[in-house]
Amino acid sequence: MHTQTMAAVPLSRVVLDALRKLNPVTLLRNPVIFVTEVVSLLVTLLAALAAWRGAPWAFQAGIAVWLWLTVLFANAAEAVAEGRGRARAESLRRARGETRAKLLARPDDRALWHWRDAPELRENDVVLVEAGDLVPADGEVIQGIASVNEAAVTGESAPVIRESGGDRSAVTGGTLVVSDWLVVRVTAAPGNSFLDRMIALVEGASRQKTPNEIALDILLAGLTIVFLVAVASVVGLASFNGVAPSVPVLAALLVTLIPTTIGGLLSAIGIAGMDRLVRFNVVATSGRAVEAAGDVDVLLLDKTGTITLGNRQAAGFFAAPGVAEAELAQAALLASLADETPEGRSILAYARERHGLTATRPEGATVVPFTAQTRLSGLDIPGQGSFRKGAVDSLSRALGIEPPAALKEAVERIARAGATPLAVSRDGRMLGVIELKDIVKPGMRARFDALRRMGIRTVMVTGDNRLTAAAIAAEAGVDDFIAEATPEDKLAYIRNAQKEGRLVAMAGDGTNDAPALAQADVGLAMQTGTQAAREAGNMVDLDSDPTKLIEVVEIGKQLLITRGALTTFSIANDVAKYFAILPAIFVAQYPGLAALNVMGLASPESAILSAVIFNALIIVALVPLALRGVRYAPVGAAALLRRNLLIYGLGGVAAPFIGIKLIDLLLSVMGVF
Amino acid sequence: MIALLRPALVFLGGFTLILGLAVPLAFTALAQLVFPHQANGSLIERNARVVGSELLAQGFEGPGYFHPRASNAGQGYDGGASGATNLGPTSAALLEAVTGRLEGRRGVAADAATASGSGLDPHISPENAMAQIPRIAAARGLTPQRVLGLMEQHIEGRTFGVLGEARVNVLKLNLALDGAR
Amino acid sequence: MSWIGWAQIALVLLAVTATAVPLGGAMAAIAEGRWRVLAPVENLLYRAAGIDPARGMGWRAYVLAMLAVNLAGFLLLYALLRLQGVLPFNPQGLDGVPPWLAFNTAISFVTNTNWQAYSGEAAMSYLSQMAGLAVQNFLSAATGIALAFAVIRAFARGGASDLGNFWADLTRVTLYLLLPLCLVFAAFMVAGGVPQSLSAYVTANTVEGGTQTIPMGPAAFQIAIKQLGTNGGGFFGVNSAHPFENPTPWTNFLQSWAIIALPMGLALTFGRMVGDRRQGWAIFAVMMLFVVAGTLATYAAEAGGNPLHLAQGVAQGLGNMEGKEVRFGTSASALWAVITTGASNGAVNAMHDSFMPLGGLVPLFLIQLGEVLPGGVGSGLYGMLVFVLLAVFVAGLMVGRTPEYLGKKVQAREVKLAMLAVLIVPLCILGFTAVAAVLPVALASVQDAGPHGLSELLYAYSSAAGNNGSAFGGLTADTPWMNTTLGIVMLLGRFAVIVPVLAIAGSIAAKPRLPQSAGSFPTHGPLFVGLLAGVILILGGLQFLPSLFLGPLAEHFAMLAGQTF
Repeated sequence: MHTQTMAAVPLSRVVLDALRKLNPVTLLRNPVIFVTEVVSLLVTLLAALAAWRGAPWAFQAGIAVWLWLTVLFANAAEAVAEGRGRARAESLRRARGETRAKLLARPDDRALWHWRDAPELRENDVVLVEAGDLVPADGEVIQGIASVNEAAVTGESAPVIRESGGDRSAVTGGTLVVSDWLVVRVTAAPGNSFLDRMIALVEGASRQKTPNEIALDILLAGLTIVFLVAVASVVGLASFNGVAPSVPVLAALLVTLIPTTIGGLLSAIGIAGMDRLVRFNVVATSGRAVEAAGDVDVLLLDKTGTITLGNRQAAGFFAAPGVAEAELAQAALLASLADETPEGRSILAYARERHGLTATRPEGATVVPFTAQTRLSGLDIPGQGSFRKGAVDSLSRALGIEPPAALKEAVERIARAGATPLAVSRDGRMLGVIELKDIVKPGMRARFDALRRMGIRTVMVTGDNRLTAAAIAAEAGVDDFIAEATPEDKLAYIRNAQKEGRLVAMAGDGTNDAPALAQADVGLAMQTGTQAAREAGNMVDLDSDPTKLIEVVEIGKQLLITRGALTTFSIANDVAKYFAILPAIFVAQYPGLAALNVMGLASPESAILSAVIFNALIIVALVPLALRGVRYAPVGAAALLRRNLLIYGLGGVAAPFIGIKLIDLLLSVMGVF
Repeated sequence: MIALLRPALVFLGGFTLILGLAVPLAFTALAQLVFPHQANGSLIERNARVVGSELLAQGFEGPGYFHPRASNAGQGYDGGASGATNLGPTSAALLEAVTGRLEGRRGVAADAATASGSGLDPHISPENAMAQIPRIAAARGLTPQRVLGLMEQHIEGRTFGVLGEARVNVLKLNLALDGAR
Repeated sequence: MSWIGWAQIALVLLAVTATAVPLGGAMAAIAEGRWRVLAPVENLLYRAAGIDPARGMGWRAYVLAMLAVNLAGFLLLYALLRLQGVLPFNPQGLDGVPPWLAFNTAISFVTNTNWQAYSGEAAMSYLSQMAGLAVQNFLSAATGIALAFAVIRAFARGGASDLGNFWADLTRVTLYLLLPLCLVFAAFMVAGGVPQSLSAYVTANTVEGGTQTIPMGPAAFQIAIKQLGTNGGGFFGVNSAHPFENPTPWTNFLQSWAIIALPMGLALTFGRMVGDRRQGWAIFAVMMLFVVAGTLATYAAEAGGNPLHLAQGVAQGLGNMEGKEVRFGTSASALWAVITTGASNGAVNAMHDSFMPLGGLVPLFLIQLGEVLPGGVGSGLYGMLVFVLLAVFVAGLMVGRTPEYLGKKVQAREVKLAMLAVLIVPLCILGFTAVAAVLPVALASVQDAGPHGLSELLYAYSSAAGNNGSAFGGLTADTPWMNTTLGIVMLLGRFAVIVPVLAIAGSIAAKPRLPQSAGSFPTHGPLFVGLLAGVILILGGLQFLPSLFLGPLAEHFAMLAGQTF
């Protein structure tokens, strides 16, 4: 996931973009870098003026160059982040291509259509899409069934079924119908389709600042003002002591003090966060949603398919008194030989794993298929017997016998544990029961524990009865569950949690999930879901894997952590920069201040230049971290804070002392100053 | 506006009456009753005339008296104009003043070479007092031991053994010296 | 430095800690309206004012009420000072205070600064002191505490639209906290030798045949509120260095305690009212941390003495005694300098101007850090909470959630207002000092040459902006330029901070209090204490480094090199 970094974007493109972003009008969005640019310009003019007058200008020019580099590095960071999204956007745009649509005059008459360019389609137009056609726009299938290749959007080349009604009725513009036909009602105006929005998002074009970003911007602007005043005041204060620091030196002090590091990386962090999500095959409708994901307190997860594997599997044999378990296993195996359902296959697998039994269907055997009337299935094998399996009460009724008391107990115990008992008989004799369990996906308990440490409650949503739900909830390790859940229950649960001030995330796909998806603070809709669900949610998972909700939360948190960590680092850097520049400015007047040159920098010029160079290079050095995001471990806030404060707070204080010293050594070795 | 003004005026007026007049006047009356000496400036009378306050330094220049610390109150020891030099540690003027007070001596106690904060510091350090004993003994024709004994009687230790510094009240000691004549 | 010097310091800080618990509880009881012993007096005032004390006010109404009574107070005090010559309780027959000085002094006392460009015994009638200055001492302190109550309520309540009733807060703080404490405290002061009399100054016939004026006045009661209300305005010119204002080490101990007792106690009030005492202790710990560290540095500097004097032949065993009183010595003077500047009190028992360069740097820096360590009564706590919000915001992102404090989300609006509140003080200090440093009219006020002269200017504007009131006293403060600019800075430092802070309170109060979870940012414990301390140093202090380099630090290194000015 995180292997590709800057390599993906050609350097020439980055340089070009970085230069293009020098336009002060666009830079105004970023006050810190804007101030840096203005100061760079000023110092450049002064250096030029000095050169023109024949005064020494090399030092000033050196500062000017590195100030410009500071601006360019900041621009480049943003360009790299955008570039990575753009590559994906271009492939999407190719997929969209220039399609023409078969516009139907009347929705119920497939024969009467005429060509219409896709961009001219309007909402509620009805189009026909046949095998080999691209779906011209986002829409809802109102007639027909077809297999659709959605690789353009999801990257998954296996075709999926789209049909009218039900939960698979949404189609996306740009996807390819590979067989049959569909009649589609257009639901998105051109330029506003799912693909359009996705392109805009990954390109960062429609990127709006998120609430936390806005707040951070204000903080950075405030700090910039403080340091502007602090540096400007040096002119007056120093004149009292008969010192007149030169403008380039003050410019150097200003630029190193204002938070250029975070200012330069802030938008790259935001874009990269969205990009991480996109590469994870989740598309968010806004950065706000990603940020909200980090804040989530409650996760609503559907049991089936999310927490459990979604189909019941054999998990135990309970033999009736006087029956050997091996005999029961053998009977179960034979009764299930012809059963092609996942449950049936799981019984075969279980018998093989536990009892080493395998079998092929004997010659002459008669399959007894499952019917709604008998609710039994099995196999009659001449010479061996007739094997049946089915719900306990169905089998007892069919056989006309009551299961023995010991078996009844086992049946109840299984049901209490949330599993399903399946009775097995041979020649009218009830041998025992198979326990069919809804298997919790491996590793889920650990993930829920991790979520709990992060302060997130997990809630399992299921249609099962309370007893069953409670048992599975306990096994999976969720904090709470909603049993016999109706869409109204979900909605009510979300509203209640929100009333207590909690932020709720959920995943859903069906139309009846739409209200809950809309109500939730983070609603992750499945790409395979209905159009209604996709409109209601604020994120769409292209892989249609509801488990991803957990990763989405982690990506949201990582985004915030990266921002906070680099802000802390940037601000903490200032201490060292002061100790580099201030003694250098005033040491001529007060030689004793050399004692505060704690880094032992070679000369005042070298000290100032080293600080400026460090300040520029640190942006480049931190670009990979900004793009990749700070390593995130699902631990409690206290542990996370301790770790990050240590690394980015104390590290932020210490790093520039070392960095500036090294640059200074290098400058001295090279004989620059 | 009126809704805002009325409470503002009422509370300001009410509190000025309570906190600015009623309570302090009543408290003054009580203080005069219970602590008349302290409430009236801890005055020292000799022969029915006020010679000073035990809390305030007054100028002594005669060789037969202990000298208080240098004062910057008015023209010196002016109770109506407390004040310090406020000179900084690198001040050449301060250094000059200190040099003047040293009169060529070395190892002088810091309080003897510097001006006090109030200009009315009634105390000197025992070291400072000790250094003045030979001059006083000579001027008064007393043995240094006699003066020393008197001085030591007047050393005030730290309150509860912890608070403040050991010190000698110059006016009280000088009055005692006069009494010892 | 001596162990006994440290013992004195420890004793004061222990006493402060021990009393912070009951004081914090008492203030919480007052804020929550549980103490109503003097209900008849209260009701009389409420009825006359036509207000309903049970009716809560939104932040705007709260601020307006506060501004109204402060404006009225300013006008009344200005009038009293100007007219004192024709008013009673003026046995010395002092004239009215000149306009610029009256303007500066009235602002100074209304804003809880108590910057004094005058000398009390020479300029103020007893009426001006009692009914003018002392009343503002009470009201400005009560205003500060009331505002703190309002801000605490914002955090304690969820989804609330009001912050309490200003008039009720003002009245109850005055009647149940300040007045009783002051009466007891003043009694201790009189017993210790502080005058409380209305008679004229006494002329003594000195031992050597001269005369000496011995000042009088109702000092004890005013000194009580000056310390307890973190006002700091001395009855006499040299403040608590004056033997009448602070006669003994015992009164000095009590006054030291009084300087920080209430602001430190308010931290615990906060913990109680928000329902988690650890929160209060965390803030208390940060405040105490800076007080201890500051005292360490200042005491070391002062006890070390002046190397220039040592070279001249002055023994430095007593430390730097210029501007200090023998009864206090360096230990009690160093502690006092730190707490009086940490607490925005501004009373002095030794002259900060004559402190060693580093000894003077610490008080100066403590003021510049925003007067939150522990800051003035009320103002210290609400100022500290602004830093808490910024600390939570900057570092809070690092736990991967929108930062929140006590279950209240910190968002753009709060950050904007918090930056506004912390910007105003450095802008005033650095802006005005830089301008003054080049203006002849301002430079005329400077006494000392060299970097120390810059420190005098810097200290003056820092003191005014931080509403501290102490000074590098060599500066000639009573000039039209100084009186005006310092007056403006005092106003900005007080009210331009209060308005955004109360706006934050209004916005915080309206937010729901979210339940805390393992994912929430822990705001108690050593980690948070360290974080908050770091944020105060970096966000509150870094911008002042250039000025400190050019003032005290330059002086320090010049001194080490044997340079004088």
